Amino acid sequence: MIKVNGLHKKFGKLHVLNGIDIEINKGEVVVVIGPSGSGKSTFLRCLNLLEHPTDGEIIFEGVSITSKHNDINKQRQKMGMVFQQFNLFPHLSVLENITLAPRKLKKLSKEEAEKKAFDLLKRIGLEEKANNYPGQLSGGQKQRIAIVRALAMSPDVMLFDEPTSALDPEMVGEVLDVMKKLASEGMTMVVVTHEMGFAKEVGTRVIFMDEGRILEENTPEELFGNPRNARTREFLSKIL
Amino acid sequence: MDFSWIGQYYPYFIAGTVNTIVLAFFTVLFGVLIGIVVALMKISKNRLLKFVASAYIEFIRGTPLVVQISIVFYGLPVKFPEITFLGMEMERFIPGIIALSINSGAYVAEIFRAGIQAIDKGQTEAARSLGLTQAMAMRYVILPQAIRNILPALGNEFVVVIKESSIVYIIGIAELMFSSSIVRGATYRALEPLLLTAVIYFILTFTLSKFLGIAERRMRAGD
Ligand SMILES: Nc1ncnc2c1ncn2[C@@H]1O[C@H](COP(=O)(O)OP(=O)(O)OP(=O)(O)O)[C@@H](O)[C@H]1O
Ligand SMILES: [Mg+2]
Repeated sequence: MIKVNGLHKKFGKLHVLNGIDIEINKGEVVVVIGPSGSGKSTFLRCLNLLEHPTDGEIIFEGVSITSKHNDINKQRQKMGMVFQQFNLFPHLSVLENITLAPRKLKKLSKEEAEKKAFDLLKRIGLEEKANNYPGQLSGGQKQRIAIVRALAMSPDVMLFDEPTSALDPEMVGEVLDVMKKLASEGMTMVVVTHEMGFAKEVGTRVIFMDEGRILEENTPEELFGNPRNARTREFLSKIL
Repeated sequence: MDFSWIGQYYPYFIAGTVNTIVLAFFTVLFGVLIGIVVALMKISKNRLLKFVASAYIEFIRGTPLVVQISIVFYGLPVKFPEITFLGMEMERFIPGIIALSINSGAYVAEIFRAGIQAIDKGQTEAARSLGLTQAMAMRYVILPQAIRNILPALGNEFVVVIKESSIVYIIGIAELMFSSSIVRGATYRALEPLLLTAVIYFILTFTLSKFLGIAERRMRAGD
């Protein structure tokens, strides 16, 4: 579904991504771990071109999205993204947050878009918040709405950048539950997270990144149980 | 103090007040249109657009308004139509409004740019990640939020324009300042007509400020 070849990213002189090669298949839940500053966010943000790679190629569903002639807006509709800081639109109600993109991009009528939004809200048990504004929600609720907002475009893959890192501990569970449910329904996911429990439970593959490279990738059992790379071992010993 | 001339000359001040308001209104209107375009140019990724916008803003802010007005009125080889509409001589009003709008546009552009850039980058990123184009993100996500910071500053710009527009009397536009100079010429009294002019300006700006303050509080309360 996504194929990354020789991905490099520099910010000025800072070489943040140093040749990433990876293939992500349909239905996979790929968990990306690594120390702070290793380039995890940058890698994820390159996948939907929020960051423009300095070099290398990204192919999504058979189309080279890094090609100059490609219109990335088309593929972004198929790639949902969830941010650490939620980034809900504060001037729009929950319902408007969810229906904005489907209405403007898929030309759905207000009724169609709202029906779909309510279906999604029901699945996360927040339909009674439909007319609230983001400022009236808890962090956990905001993040679940942000997930639903991305899902409203019916994406083929979901990208998560530390979706629970900005949450109070008691709200982490409710967001992870939504993500687990999504994974069990077969959604293809790429998740940057420090939640090792989540990685073990639903991850199909774990990737360890350091200094802009993938140093090790394996199933969660193998990577956590039997890390081969010394750096991986060192990192895991610090966080587990 | 002698205000006995008022009975005879007050129509000049009424006309002057009307003309000042008309000038300020059109200046703000066109200034905002220019300002939006220039602000969007300045925050765009296109180097040329950025450069043109910056050069314009810097030039306008770095030169006196009276020079800018003189350039447009005396300096440009343009013939403005010699028609009079509701007592306003268009061959003076049009260049006056053009010069004032070009001037105000530079300040308005900075108001818009600051308002837009004050919105968290995450908002644009979230909008773009959904597949919205840059223009859609601006229209539906960024501008509606930015406008809350922009409107109060824009109201303030309106007040500034009312005051600054007084300078166009040098090209013979019959606004308030011009009225006071007519009375001075006719009665040889300088202080009284100027005092009256000052009072009228003050009433205009004070009323407008109060009105804007109320509007702003309403807007905040609506949050
Ligand atoms: N827009 C940018 N401009 C300049 N440098 C940047 C930019 N974005 C990221 N960097 C730098 O790139 C490096 C990698 O950043 P990145 O955010 O990808 O790391 P990360 O692995 O996600 O870290 P964390 O776990 O702290 O989120 C860091 O040194 C960071 O300072
Ligand atoms: Mg990060």
